Amino acid sequence: MTTKKMAIIATKGTLDMAYPPFILASTAAALGYEVQVFFTFYGLQLLRKDLSTVMISPLANPAMPMPVPMPVMVQMLPGMESMATMMMKQKLKKHGVASLQELRDLCLEAEVKFVACQMTVDLFEFEKSEFIDNIEYGGAATFLGFAGDTDICLFV
Amino acid sequence: MNFDKEFDASGLSCPLPILKTKKALADMSSGQVLKVIATDSGSVKDMQAFADQTGNALLATEEVSGKFTFFMKKK
Repeated sequence: MTTKKMAIIATKGTLDMAYPPFILASTAAALGYEVQVFFTFYGLQLLRKDLSTVMISPLANPAMPMPVPMPVMVQMLPGMESMATMMMKQKLKKHGVASLQELRDLCLEAEVKFVACQMTVDLFEFEKSEFIDNIEYGGAATFLGFAGDTDICLFV
Repeated sequence: MNFDKEFDASGLSCPLPILKTKKALADMSSGQVLKVIATDSGSVKDMQAFADQTGNALLATEEVSGKFTFFMKKK
């Protein structure tokens, strides 16, 4: 049986949108897939050593279930983002959902390959020292080189 | 049912029961049986899907008051 392959492009850097790529990548690896995740634009935040800056905002996020209805004028107050992030993390923990850090470690352990988009690393003037060590850097052609031969290819 | 190893994934949500099953199986030899306990109701379908895609055999699934027990035989 030939090894199945999956490629994911991770473009979002918020707490909620960080989950799908890490969950799918780690699970596919557990199922025997060869997996590559290409992180570009805001998705680069998910490769930083410190994931504590990955947050969720109630602002412009009307689908986010809130304990009490909250007017937009209130959502924009200082500290609301931190509060929403803290509440979301508590909720995730309460329901036994792995932390981002845990899922990312599980991906690396399962040999999921992480590729950071060199162009956006340069664009945002990130230092490579801000990112975790075991990643590669590449561009669109690098991604397509792997993605062109995959069974599943997702844009998140 | 007899088993060679077991772990409890109670309280853990998707995809942790699957990832931990995969890890537990890695240390076992072919033909050995792993017992997994989980409370995530989604794990019932997921464990079967894991078995189907990896070639390990899901010998049995039991449910007793919200707790699921799986017996997975390593390929």
